Amino acid sequence: MSALTANAAGKTELLFGNEAIARGALEAGVKVAASYPGTPASEILEDLARVAGEAGLYAEWSVNEKVAAEVAIAGSFAGLRSIVSFKHEGLNVALDTLCHVNLAGNKGGLLVVVADDPGGWSSPSENDSRPVIQWLNVPLLEPSTPQEAKDMTRWAFELSEQLGIYCVVRSTTRVSHTTGSVILGEIAGRDTPAHFDTSKLFVFLPIVDKHSELLAKVEQAKETFEKSPFNYYEGPEQPELMIVSSGASRLYCSEAVECLELEKRVGLVHLGTTWPVPAKFLEKQMTRTSRVLVVEEVDPFLERNLKIVAADSGWLTGDHLIYGRASGHIRPVGELPPELVINALAGLTGVKHRSRSKEYDRKAKQAAKDLVIGREIMWCPGCPHRATFFTIKNAFRLDGRDGFVSGDIGCYALDRRGAGGYLITKTALAMGSGTGVGSGLGKLGQFGFNQPVIAVCGDSTFFHAAIPALINAKYNKSGVIVAVLDNSATAMTGFQPHPGVGVNAMGEAAPVIDIENLCRELDIPVEVMDPFDITENTKRLVDLMKDGEGVRVVIMRHPCALLRAPGEKPPFKVRVDASKCRGDECGCGRYCVRMFKCPGVVWDKTTGRARIDEAVCVGCGACASICPASAIVKEPVE
Amino acid sequence: MSEAELSADPLNIVVCGVGGQGNILVARLVGRSLAKRGYLVTIGETYGASQRGGDVMSHIRLSMRRKYGPLIPPGCAHIVLGLEPLETLRMLVDYGNPQVAVITNTRPILPVTVGMGVAEYPNYDELRRAITKLSEQVRFVNATEIALDLGSVRLTNVVMLGTLIGSSLLPVTAAQVEEEIRQRFSKDELGPILEAFRQGLSSTRAENRASKPSGPA
Repeated sequence: MSALTANAAGKTELLFGNEAIARGALEAGVKVAASYPGTPASEILEDLARVAGEAGLYAEWSVNEKVAAEVAIAGSFAGLRSIVSFKHEGLNVALDTLCHVNLAGNKGGLLVVVADDPGGWSSPSENDSRPVIQWLNVPLLEPSTPQEAKDMTRWAFELSEQLGIYCVVRSTTRVSHTTGSVILGEIAGRDTPAHFDTSKLFVFLPIVDKHSELLAKVEQAKETFEKSPFNYYEGPEQPELMIVSSGASRLYCSEAVECLELEKRVGLVHLGTTWPVPAKFLEKQMTRTSRVLVVEEVDPFLERNLKIVAADSGWLTGDHLIYGRASGHIRPVGELPPELVINALAGLTGVKHRSRSKEYDRKAKQAAKDLVIGREIMWCPGCPHRATFFTIKNAFRLDGRDGFVSGDIGCYALDRRGAGGYLITKTALAMGSGTGVGSGLGKLGQFGFNQPVIAVCGDSTFFHAAIPALINAKYNKSGVIVAVLDNSATAMTGFQPHPGVGVNAMGEAAPVIDIENLCRELDIPVEVMDPFDITENTKRLVDLMKDGEGVRVVIMRHPCALLRAPGEKPPFKVRVDASKCRGDECGCGRYCVRMFKCPGVVWDKTTGRARIDEAVCVGCGACASICPASAIVKEPVE
Repeated sequence: MSEAELSADPLNIVVCGVGGQGNILVARLVGRSLAKRGYLVTIGETYGASQRGGDVMSHIRLSMRRKYGPLIPPGCAHIVLGLEPLETLRMLVDYGNPQVAVITNTRPILPVTVGMGVAEYPNYDELRRAITKLSEQVRFVNATEIALDLGSVRLTNVVMLGTLIGSSLLPVTAAQVEEEIRQRFSKDELGPILEAFRQGLSSTRAENRASKPSGPA
């Protein structure tokens, strides 16, 4: 039995943030869990799915976040405690359902966990979910540690059940991906049978009445939050400055106070429940002082709401001030690392701070300047995407009409990283947008648009959001090529299964949805290519671009290089034939390393020739077709 | 149940390396064994999409008093455990101070841009000098070579873990960490891993005169 399921109340375990959220859900007796993968949220469902059998729950990777929310909502309607989790980008996808179920209400405790990514460590944006949750007008909790993540998750189920409204736990990368000591609670033995009470309606009508009901529920939540132990004050009775913070920032604030030795001058309000705003609690704390610094990620969400509380209560007068990311005292974008909090606090209190000597700083900066080079991320050796994009790039060049890729979300977005990519992706927005934008571009011919467009999407992205856009392109007779980069994996987020791979979240065999057959059913011309057949594929793409009628799908199918089992033999032994590679005398300008950019092909300075780095090469053989002098040779491995 | 006072509270440890080196595993084994001794442990992991060859760092924070945040403030590391020398220097630039104790692997892992000929890996002797200039307590370990002798480059991280534990910078014994390793791996995997750990330990035993780390308050 793992730490996740052990019924060991009172025991301290070191848990990963997302593991703590899963544990909180298990302690609450969760029965239905659904999600779509996305960093930093993925491990919540992975953990719940792993223990689904022993914990007696149902867990699924849904096709997208909207469906995931609906699956969890269904569980709640039937009386079961249910959870849906996703990253901030997923909240956007689920929003259409979430902005109605707040009106419809729910039965079993229903929890939405959204994991934001301040700084965009592994995301296409650093959007703050909290203003959206305020707009949804549902109770919002913000944990700062794995312990709080567990405790808040568990408690939010109870609150949701009590009020008949779903609750949101908002995590961030620094909570979800932090490991910390957690005191476990008891696992609830809940065995409610699933039953939909048909005397009840879960609908949004009558709209105005339902809206009133929602406001009443939120008012109740506010009363509860006013007394919540998740909100508290630490510090002197009457500090000269008070910090209000939420989430991981809370810990940076305590540390900044300690580091600047301001314990006697500065107080800290830790806010765990951030919507509806516990106004009375905050009013009471603000009477302690005349200056407040708000520390939060990413938007000035608390700061603005605190200003409303301050104005309503009459606190906000000429010499009473609120500082934060909106006032310019902390930079308004990006993650909030501890040094920014220390600097802001030092500035406002007039304390001088230096963690190390100027002399050391100078030495460190010099070393950085002279010696430290970056480590760019790029497609792995043997990645099928590299071969696909190399093919598309060459096809555009041969076509000569300034073609470009309408991009999407996945590893193939690494085309936009200069060191390893080809920079032919000229637009990238959201999941499925490559095909949607491609569908629109394919209709601009009547205005003189003559550039070929190849829309790309991964296999998981295809199921997630590209299918409606593809049908749109077919229905509206858009002239676009859609390349489905089928590597048999949701690779970027950690190889979670999807409807194309034949297995589900709990590891059971599942039906395979075949992308090729689906396209045929839609009467869309479709062909399957192996991305490593670079020469033939290039010719074929040039032909497809010439014949610009309607939507056409090419499936670039080859498993992700990281999926190869340990010890599995590579398909080819690749080497550079030294008699054919003429190095810099060739005139190719080091074409293989400069243009193809696979880490397995390196330039050997001592010989002045290209070389295959055997420690890196995985033997895909793609590079054998790119050398103008045919000096790269691949031989099948027996 | 705590066994010893920390040499600093919080005690800040940076574990760094390149995606795929097993940096996070080292941090968790250290964290887990210390949590069992009663210390409050926080481990922050920064990796983004770094499984594709980027740099990875874990911050371990130990305290007897309270929970600390997942990020160490700049200039405030007490120990840097580097699985790759360029990454060790990168971390010293941000988190170093004259008192920081450094244990670093010597074998470089070239960024892919070096192979492509668009960037140059720093000269190794200069790299070593720069590390020594930024720390008064540096231990260089040929961990990759030890791991290769044991049959797999993948054991490098465990050799480095052994070196860290053998250096007596942390209030945890080799036996306690070994227990953690035994729990983490299946019986079939354990043999070479424990051997790597022990070789890491003995690489320090002969010259174990390292003083306790100290750093800025």
